[in-house]
Amino acid sequence: MDLGLSHFLAVSAALFTIGVVGIFVNRKNIIVILMAIELILLSVNINMIAFSVFNGDITGQIFAMLVLTVAAAEAAVGLAILVVYFRNRGDIAVENVDLMKG
Amino acid sequence: MAVYAFWILATIVVLSAVMVIAARNPVHSVLFLILAFFTSAGLLVLIGAEFLAMLLVVVYVGAVAVLFLFVVMMLDVDFVELKQGFLSYLPFGLLVGAVFLAEIVMASFAGLENHVGNFDASPGAETNAEAIGQVMYTQYMLLFQLAGIVLLVAMIGAIVLTLRHRPGVKRQSIAHQTSRRRSDAFELKDPSSGQGI
Repeated sequence: MDLGLSHFLAVSAALFTIGVVGIFVNRKNIIVILMAIELILLSVNINMIAFSVFNGDITGQIFAMLVLTVAAAEAAVGLAILVVYFRNRGDIAVENVDLMKG
Repeated sequence: MAVYAFWILATIVVLSAVMVIAARNPVHSVLFLILAFFTSAGLLVLIGAEFLAMLLVVVYVGAVAVLFLFVVMMLDVDFVELKQGFLSYLPFGLLVGAVFLAEIVMASFAGLENHVGNFDASPGAETNAEAIGQVMYTQYMLLFQLAGIVLLVAMIGAIVLTLRHRPGVKRQSIAHQTSRRRSDAFELKDPSSGQGI
């Protein structure tokens, strides 16, 4: 049996689900939450590239590159916010983030 | 042959993704994340999307994962405490995950004619990078430049967020140095002989 589109869709669905579950089970650890978001974006990328390749349309790969750009920017800004939060409070417990809520 | 390679790589990707969210030590999580990125780059090479595979290694492994590693090692956090409540959230998380998986599987496999075997990662060009470049620098030029702006804004944002001026740290101020005049720097005294100033 040859490689098909559904192979890659299956891997992508599994990665997406693992990412979503990761956000739910690591409620306190924001670093792992960010990593789970990276997993979700990776699964989106695999999905788009697989559709692009199996349909012979290059546009999907262009969009995968844009998703890659946004993922890198998101990781940089997210980790910067995390570093500033740690500097101000001395820990990274997510429950206390809404302390300034009115 | 490619199918066997696919199954091996897919198994490694899924297992390392599970380890990313389940590992006790966040450093191990980052390392498993790197493994997941590498093996998914392998998956992309299998269907001929070499340029994106290389980009995945360069951007994700070279930049994002290393950034994570820096932050995880820099922050002095009690990670055992952060792991509390993992088991209590697990049933709910698995429930949500099962619902998500069922929805994705139903949506993506309903009425999908399976394209088996015939794939082309570089339509209308010799290589994959050539095919991407032909479209990217013509048809999607605006999106390409917008991506650059996104990166620029993210870079400036990250720098502005983490930059801090601590009082008491001596640093060079070139504008201050070059705007000094002779009269600010020293003054001439003319003490009469035999007396100090």
